[in-house]
Amino acid sequence: MSTTDTVRRPRTTTDFDEELIPRYSFVERVNHWFGAATYSYCLITGLAFWTPYLYWLAAIVGGGPTARFWHPWFGIFFVVSQFLMFLHWGGDMEMDNDDRVWADNIKAYIENEDDKLPPVGRFNWGQKLYFWAMVGSTILLLLSGFVLWYVEAVPWSIHILRYVAILIHASVAVLTIGLFLIHVYMSTLLEEGSFASMVHGTVTRAWAWTFHRKWYYEVTGRSRPKQ
Amino acid sequence: MSQASTEIIRISGHAGAVPGAGLNREFQVCKLVDTTTCIGCKACEVACLEWNGYTFTQTSFNNSYQTMPETAWNYWNLIKFNEHERDDGSMMLLMRKDQCMHCEEPGCLEACPADGAIVQYANGIVDFQEAHCIGCGYCVTGCPFNIPKFSPEAHKVFKCTLCNDRVSVGLEPACIKACPTGCLHFGTKSEMKELAEFRAEQLRDVSGFADAGVYDPAGVGGTHVIYVLHDAKNPELYGGLPKDPHIPYSVWLWKKPLKWLGNLAMIGGIVGLALHYLRVGPKKEEPIPPEDRGPS
Repeated sequence: MSTTDTVRRPRTTTDFDEELIPRYSFVERVNHWFGAATYSYCLITGLAFWTPYLYWLAAIVGGGPTARFWHPWFGIFFVVSQFLMFLHWGGDMEMDNDDRVWADNIKAYIENEDDKLPPVGRFNWGQKLYFWAMVGSTILLLLSGFVLWYVEAVPWSIHILRYVAILIHASVAVLTIGLFLIHVYMSTLLEEGSFASMVHGTVTRAWAWTFHRKWYYEVTGRSRPKQ
Repeated sequence: MSQASTEIIRISGHAGAVPGAGLNREFQVCKLVDTTTCIGCKACEVACLEWNGYTFTQTSFNNSYQTMPETAWNYWNLIKFNEHERDDGSMMLLMRKDQCMHCEEPGCLEACPADGAIVQYANGIVDFQEAHCIGCGYCVTGCPFNIPKFSPEAHKVFKCTLCNDRVSVGLEPACIKACPTGCLHFGTKSEMKELAEFRAEQLRDVSGFADAGVYDPAGVGGTHVIYVLHDAKNPELYGGLPKDPHIPYSVWLWKKPLKWLGNLAMIGGIVGLALHYLRVGPKKEEPIPPEDRGPS
C-alpha cells in the first residue's frame, strides 16, 4: 500500500533531482491539446446522440442541429491531430521486450509498486497500447463516420453498410471513451507531474528517473548502471 | 381522442343500461392500396406534391414509366413500376404506390436520437417534427422501407405524413382524394383489413390469382398502409417491397444491449478509477539514488 511506501522512502529530492529536462516540444503539446479539444467536442456531441439522458449536452454546444453539423468536422480535425501524433510519437511507440515483461507485471503498476517493473523508455506499455488503440479506433471511426455523415449517399442496394457503420461507430466510440477516461485519470490525478509535462513540456530529472528510467538514461547521456 | 373523453359511462337517475357505454371506437387509421386496380396514372403523386406544397423538380429517367428511381425528400409518394414477366411468358405491369408505411413499430423512431423529432400518434400515424430534427440521418438507417430522405438544403429528414394535417380535421389523405380508380381507400385499420381480405379472396377465387393476399407485415407490428398484391408470396416484385421487414438487427443491437453495456462500462469505469485513486493514491517521483546522479 502507498502508506507504507511513504514511510519507507523519505521523499527528499535534491536540486539536481528537480532540474528540468524537455519531454514534449511546443508543436507536440499544441497538437496534443488540439486533439484533446477536438476529441472532447466529439465526445460531448457523441454522447448527446448516444442516449436521450445526455441529449442536453447538445444544448451546451449550440443545440442538436449545430452539434450534428460540427461533429463530423471535429472528427476530421481529430483525425488530423492523430495523424500528427503518429508522426511525432509513432517511432517511440514501438513495443520492445521490456514492454512485454512490463505488461505481464501490470498488476504491480496498478498497485503502485513500480519498482517491481522493468525500466521504461519514453513511453510505457500502457501508453503505447493507448496510442495504438486510439490510432486504430480513429481509422474505424473515420470510415464508419463517413457512412453516417453522408447517409443519403449510400444507395439502398448496399444499405447494409449503414448497419455495419452504426455498430462500429458506436462500439468503437465507447471503447475510446474507456481509454480516454483512463488516460485523463492517469495523467491528471494518478501520475503527478504528467499533466504539467504536457503543459510546460518539461519534467524533473527525478520524474524521468522514476517513471521512464531508460529514457532518463538516454536523454541525460548516462549509461545504465551495471546490474 | 377528444371524443373518447366525453363518452358517457354512467347516468344519474337512469333506469336500465347506459346507451353506448360499451362503445369501442377505433381510432387506428389505415390506407389501403389495391395494386390490382391501380392504373399508374400518378394522380396520387401530383396530389401529394400539391397538398404538401412542393414543386416538381428535375428527375432521372430510366426507361420506365416511373417518375424517379425512389422517393425523395420533396417527393413522398411514388408509384413503382415493374414490367414483370410471368411464368407463362406473358407480361404484367406491376404498379405499387410507395410511401411511408407508418409502422406500428417504427424503426425510424427507434433509431432517432433527437428529443421529439419523430412521434407516433394513437391513430397510428408516424410523423416527423422537422423543428426538432437534427438531420443525423439515423432514421434512414432504422427504416426497413427506404422512406426517410435527407434534404441537403434543409439538413433535415422528410417523409410522408399520411396527411396528418388533413386526417386530424376529418379529411382523407390527398392521395386517396385524387385516386380515380378507387384503388386507394382510407378508413380504420380493421375496416381496411377486412376490405383488403375480401378483395384478396375475390382475386384468388374469381380472377385466378392463387397467391393473391394482403401485405400487412408482422415484423414491424403491422403497418398503417396495407397492400393488396396479386402475388403476396413475392412482394419484392412490387418495386422491392421487403418480404419480412423488421427493425434492422444492428439498430436493435445498438439501441438495446450495446447502449446499456456501454453505459455500464462508462459509469463503471469512472467509479473504478475513483476507487483506484482512493485505494492506491498518486504515483510520486522518487529521489534519484546517488549511483544514477554522477556523470556517465
